[in-house]
Order: sequence, then structure tokens, then C-alpha cells
Amino acid sequence: MTATTRSDGAGGSDGAAGSDGPDGTARAAHRPRSSRRAGSGPPVRHRSAWSRIKRDRSLLIMTIPVIVLLGVFAYVPMLGNVIAWQDYSPYVGILDSPFVGWWNFERVFTNPLFWDAVRNTLVITAFQLVFFFPIPIVLALLLNSVITPAIRTTIQSVVYLPHFFSWVLVVTIFQQLLGGAGQLHRILADNGIAMPDIMTNPDTFLVLITAQSVWKDAGWGIIIFLAALSTVDPALYEASVMDGANRWRRIWHITLPALRPVIILLLILRLGDALTVGFEQLILQRGAVGAGVAEVLDTFVYYQGVINGDWSFAAAAGLVKGIVSLILVLGANKIAHVFGEAGVYKRA
Amino acid sequence: MSTALGSNRGTHPAIDETVTGTARPDPRRRPRRSKHRPAWEDRPTALGTGAKVIVLALIVLAVVYPLYTVIITSLSTTAAVTEAGGLITVPTELTTAAYRQILAGGIVTRATMVSIGVTAVGTLLSTTVSILCAYGLSKPSSFGHRPILFVLLITMFFGAGMIPTYLLVSNLGLIDTYWSLILPGAVSAFNVLLLRNFFMGIDPGITDAARIDGAGEWRVLGQIVLPMSKAVTAVVALFYGVGYWNAFFNAMLYINDNAKWPLQLVLRSYVLQGVTLPGSGVGQVDVATGAVTGLPVKMAVMVLAIIPVLVVYPFVQRHFTKGVIFGAIKG
Repeated sequence: MTATTRSDGAGGSDGAAGSDGPDGTARAAHRPRSSRRAGSGPPVRHRSAWSRIKRDRSLLIMTIPVIVLLGVFAYVPMLGNVIAWQDYSPYVGILDSPFVGWWNFERVFTNPLFWDAVRNTLVITAFQLVFFFPIPIVLALLLNSVITPAIRTTIQSVVYLPHFFSWVLVVTIFQQLLGGAGQLHRILADNGIAMPDIMTNPDTFLVLITAQSVWKDAGWGIIIFLAALSTVDPALYEASVMDGANRWRRIWHITLPALRPVIILLLILRLGDALTVGFEQLILQRGAVGAGVAEVLDTFVYYQGVINGDWSFAAAAGLVKGIVSLILVLGANKIAHVFGEAGVYKRA
Repeated sequence: MSTALGSNRGTHPAIDETVTGTARPDPRRRPRRSKHRPAWEDRPTALGTGAKVIVLALIVLAVVYPLYTVIITSLSTTAAVTEAGGLITVPTELTTAAYRQILAGGIVTRATMVSIGVTAVGTLLSTTVSILCAYGLSKPSSFGHRPILFVLLITMFFGAGMIPTYLLVSNLGLIDTYWSLILPGAVSAFNVLLLRNFFMGIDPGITDAARIDGAGEWRVLGQIVLPMSKAVTAVVALFYGVGYWNAFFNAMLYINDNAKWPLQLVLRSYVLQGVTLPGSGVGQVDVATGAVTGLPVKMAVMVLAIIPVLVVYPFVQRHFTKGVIFGAIKG
């Protein structure tokens, strides 16, 4: 993976504090003023923070709009989670609402509907992990074996496309083609076959939403695998042919190991997202199939908070979800490090 | 280190040909042997090739067929749809009546304008601030870049949650304003990192030469870095633009007044949920009046929601691979 990114050497300084790579040294040669960071040459007086701020003021000014936007729309709401410990009322406001300790969390954990939402979320995640996750890998292998570049590029362009459609559109397309009044039903009915409406059937809902996800995103999912495959040294294949490896053994011993870091990376990301399953996709279809199977944590928070107006309760549920997700990401990444993979971010 | 985009040139023939798309078999030489197949690779069996062709054709068909049938139905008359009993596969008579009807004013026209406006303003704002921030963070030796990066990264791992965000937007008085569709999601840390990784791959010799010649950081960014970064900027702008165009949940949360609805919300209510749309014929079935009603109008709304993606996509999609690689590696 690292071979695919030209910026890795420079970007590595994210994790390794203060270590200027070859990048830093090269720059120092051009600009003697920063030579104290290069580690070579005569020691230069430590530059004060103020003079560094003055030197880099343009760069700092450039980051201000993003800092302001994130400050207001990402960090202020994080503080707003304080209402999870309050009996919040929109008429009184956050400042004047009384604090009630862990009462809202107790209500969340004793609410059977919350646990139903947790169960649905985990079931959907597990199902998609088994039936969605491998598909892009198989597709990428298949596409990679197409050796005519023109055909390969064309197919790639086509299969990426649905990723850029909205969920409303995807669900509507499925409804028009497969729904109760849809094309498939008509064709089957013409041939005397009756079929239940899969768009409103709770029993097949898991299969339905997985099929929608596959249609929308499986094509897009192959892009990162193809990128990893394009960096495999052809000499490896040539050498293995010399050693008598057939097509399948080459896939097993060369292609799949090349994909291993990407597969692990994506698995981690997926596990970290275990409590988040296509929110827009589910909220669009919750009405049609019922909350019994389509209520996930995100829709639960939405209906309890925005629809029922139980703001503090919903905020507590959302906070529980956010924190568990954070722990899942960090934990999964830790496991990846233990197994010697790069994970999502580098170890500091 | 040459520019990051050019740096892979020549090392991976597969990528080069994907980018340029000019590779073509030479007809004068032995026709049975593919130019692209390496010498060591054995010839595929007829069975294997056949199976591969069928599978790939089915995959392509699965994407293309729904789009085809939706577009054809939107161009058909109500009578043709009634006769077919639903979506049309084989077109009989084509007409743009459905489009003229929904674009003659009314809620679909307004929603289209809202979507276009929000997407244009939002994409411009998001792309601009992301480029600025990414460039501001692209020099590892600059003051304060580490804490700022940290502030950015945290938002990738921990979101504040829907309820506090809703309360903030409502307290700021943004409910029922178009800013509520733009500002809460204006910055994606992923896109900023994607741009930053690209900027960091640019040969420092080029930018340093400009600085020695007296250019400030703003000039370096505007006249040197940006012209070198058109492809990655296009990818990021597309990601933001598609995000704004496709978003319906923010509108569902923050926009109550249906005169201010974006197109996706109209699509959800009137097409997916089948609510009757006053005055536009969407959701009504009225064969008697001769006006185009029902399905063709619904499908026309759908096509309106796809068109911008279909138009922009071909120009940007060949840069995807590079863009995604730059974004995906570092978190």
C-alpha cells in the first residue's frame, strides 16, 4: 500500500514528531533560515514561537475558515451533548435546563426499543459484512483479469456510477423495478407467478437492503483494490510462472497477499462503523417495512429526539453510540497493529 | 520527486493506459496474440473467457438497464405507460411532455433551482476552504500544523451526534434557510486530507523556487500549486458536489417549508411515497385529460435528479483512482 502513495514519506511526519524526512532537509538546503530543523550544519538559535507564527502567518490564516466551520458545526455540538445529563427543554434552553445525572442513560439502557435497535443494527452489519464485503474483492480480481485496457476502463466507469446516485433514487429504482407494482411483478404475473412485495416484506428486508448496497456501492468498492493491484510487480508473476504456478496459485500467493493490507484496512473501518448502517437508506424504508426490522440506532435517535421531542433521551442514546463506535475504531486499529498491519493511522 | 500525478507514469503500464486510453492492438502483427497479455501468461480457455464475458455483461446490464428504463419511461406518453402497465422497455412514441410539464413552474421547478443553488454555493465554499486548509497544513515544518491537523482528524472518528447538531442549527436560527443545508457538513476531513496528501507530494523545489523569487504563500498556492492540482481538485469538488446534490436528510431535518425543498426531498415525498403533488400531475393518474400524468412525470423527476451526475461524471471519473488513493492512505 505504501508504495502507491507518493506522499507517504512526507506524510509520515504526522506520526513521527519532529522528524523531518528527506523532504525537510531538501527544503532546508534552499532556505537556510530553517536549517535548525535539518539537524545538520552549525546550531542556530532556537526560533521563538512568535517569529515562527509571523513566518507562517499566511499558512495559518488559510486554515482559519475550516477551523471556524469545524469549531461551530462539529465541536460546539460535541459540547451540546451535555443535554444528555439534563432534563432538556427547548423552551428553557441548555443553560437553564436542570441537571439530572445519569437518569437519561438509565432510561436508554432499560428501554427495550433501544436494544431492538442495537440488535437490528448489529444484524445488518454482520449480514453486510458476510454478503457485501467480499463482493468488491471478487469483482476487482475479475476486472483485473481483463487485459484489454479499453474494455476494463469502460466497465470501471459504468460500475462506479451508481455510487454517485442518492439513496432516494436507489430506493425508488428498486421500488419501480421490484416493488409491488413494479416491472418484475408484472412480468411474473403475466406468466402466472405470484410473488410477495419484497419492498414491504420484513422477512426479506435484510436481503433487500444488502442488494441495494451492492448495486450502489460494490462497484465503487473495487477502486481501492484495483489501485492496490496495479502496484504489484509483474516480475513476481513472471517468476511464479517459471516456478510452475498456475492461474489460481498466482492469485492465492501473489494477488491476494498484495490486497491483504487494504482488506484489513477496510475491515477495520467497517468494524468501527458497526453501529452505523446506511442511515438514509433505512430511514427511507422504515415506513414501508416497519420499525421491527428497519429501526437502527440512528433512526431510533431521530424518532425519539426529533419526532417525539425527547431530546435528552435521544442525545444520550446518540452519545452511547458515538462512544462505542470510537472504542470500536481504536480497538480494531490496535488489533491491526498487533498483527503488524498499518491500520487506519500510524502508531505515533 | 516529480509531481505526484506524473510520478507513476511509465512504471505501471496498466495505469498509464487507463489514464490515456489510447492502447489499441496493432492489426499488422499476429492477430491471435493480445498486445496487452504478458508473454508468460498462458492463453485463456474459451470456457473461461465466455464465462467472464457473461458475468461482466450481466454486471454492466444491472447498472445500465434500470437507468435505461427510467429514462425511456420519462420520455413516454401516459397512454403508452398505461398500455404497458408500468415501466417501459421498448419505446413506442417519445415525447418531452413530462419534462415540459414539471419544468413549467411549480414545486419541481423550484426544487430544482434550490438544489442547483445549494450545490453550486456549497461546492464552491467547501472546495475553497478545503484547498486553503489543506495547503496551510501541507508544510510539516510550519507552526501549529500538528494541533490543527489533530482538530481535523478528531472529526473523522467522533461525530457530535444528530440531536446536538439539530439544536445548534435551530439555535442559530438556520431552520428553513438554505445555509442549514450547506454549513453543517461543509468540511469533510477526508477531502482536506486528500488534498493535503496531494500538495505534500508536489516537488518542494518548484514551490521553493517561487518563494525565492519573492512569491508569498498565497501566490504560490494560486499560481503554482493550484494549476498543478486540477485533477485532484476536480475529484474533491465532485465529491462535495455530489454530496450536496444527493443530500435529503439535512433538508428533511431543517427545511419545513416545502417551497424551499431541494429536489431529493421532492423525489422522496412525491415519487417514492406517492404523495399527490398539487398542480404538477406527479402522483396523479389522469388518463382522461390527455395531460401526461403519473409514471412518466415521476420518472422525469428521477431523471432530473440524475442528470447533473451523468453530465459531470465523464469528465472527472478518470481521475478517481488517483484521488481515492491519495485520500485513502493516510487517516
